[in-house]
Amino acid sequence: MARFRTYNEVLEPTGAKVPEQVRAQLERLARRFSAIRHTVIVASGKGGVGKSAISANLAAALAAEGRRVGAADADLNGPSLARMLAASTAPLAVSPNGVAPAVGVAGVRVVSMDLLLAADAPVRWRDPGHAGFVWQSTLETGALREFLADVDWGALDLLIVDAPPGTDKLQRLLSLVPRPSAVLLVTTPSETARHVVARSISLLRAAGVPRLALAANMAGYRCPACGRTEPLFAADGARRLAAATGVPLWAELPFDPAIAASTDVGRPIVLEPAGSPAADALRALTRRLLTELREVDP
Amino acid sequence: MKFLCIGCDTVMDFTERQLPGDGTFAAVFSCARCGREVAMLANPMETQLVASLGVRIGGRTLAEQPMELVRQQLAEGRDDAFVEPAPASRGAIRWSDDARQRLANVPGFVRGMVKRIYSDYAAERGISLITPEVMDRARADLGLEGM
Repeated sequence: MARFRTYNEVLEPTGAKVPEQVRAQLERLARRFSAIRHTVIVASGKGGVGKSAISANLAAALAAEGRRVGAADADLNGPSLARMLAASTAPLAVSPNGVAPAVGVAGVRVVSMDLLLAADAPVRWRDPGHAGFVWQSTLETGALREFLADVDWGALDLLIVDAPPGTDKLQRLLSLVPRPSAVLLVTTPSETARHVVARSISLLRAAGVPRLALAANMAGYRCPACGRTEPLFAADGARRLAAATGVPLWAELPFDPAIAASTDVGRPIVLEPAGSPAADALRALTRRLLTELREVDP
Repeated sequence: MKFLCIGCDTVMDFTERQLPGDGTFAAVFSCARCGREVAMLANPMETQLVASLGVRIGGRTLAEQPMELVRQQLAEGRDDAFVEPAPASRGAIRWSDDARQRLANVPGFVRGMVKRIYSDYAAERGISLITPEVMDRARADLGLEGM
């Protein structure tokens, strides 16, 4: 038998039109991003470090000072951003230009799986029920693509993308957002977090993401009785990570139950008057982000 | 994926697709030179993999709808998660009881989109009554597998 030509050597069209449709999807994504000045991914690799709370506070702080801000909850299976930003639960309006995002506190435009799911329902996909490992990640990437490309974000100054935990998911997100303006990696002082976030840094550097930064969450606890700040973790992983990798540490955020309490009721703590060290640190982080993006003077 | 007619060393053309049941997806390809036809049968897992890409083998008649993939595939979506645009000029279009019943079987999460697509189909063709037969025709014409 003669040698077959390879797929790429066979140039005639097949009529299946699959590559054309994938290309059209990516073009739609690029068109949507062309109206967004900066896309900032808030990631970690590690779960439970406070990515969503920091995303919500960044989005709210930016919107409160008059910037046009979108917040995309890329954590499809553990969505929380809509609640933290008090996004309207009114039905999302569909138009030929896409799906209108929900509007949250300070006018942040929000899309989250939380807005689409029935009460207390998990993310489950329709059949077939077996062999989900074959197609599930493809479907989730497709869903995320629609969150970014099919939402009528309008012109935005900043789109904050709250990434799910897991370096694999970060990689998938980068396939849809290949040129983020910045990736803010949330970590804690713990050694475990340091190990995981170091892997994310390697991944992001290999992908050529130009601006990486660290935010150390839960960096200390201020005793409300005596006012002294004590470390929550024995380790100093965040600073060690910054020193070892050269990724700048933009913020050290103290642990404050008020952060969770405020996002629980959909009013991020940065919207409260100055005075709380946690809120001040989050505002300083917002300012640092804008400075780095050259949106404000240092 | 390309199908090569070995004898003719020619790429076979996509000609037809079907969902014969059991989650099987069938795509027919034929050789323009010798006329040979082959049917590619995808098992339910492979069918779902292709569907997960948000593409339709053979191309689309109907443009991709906003959040179509999520709306088609999410199992437990909120019934009132989306509101469709107001119909342009569909005052004259009615739904037969049978068609209405069939539409009621569509999950609420995606029902609004499906209803609009059928209504648009009818309006564009001057059809004033949507029946199950019209729905079948629309499914075939527009490639609405799974709707």
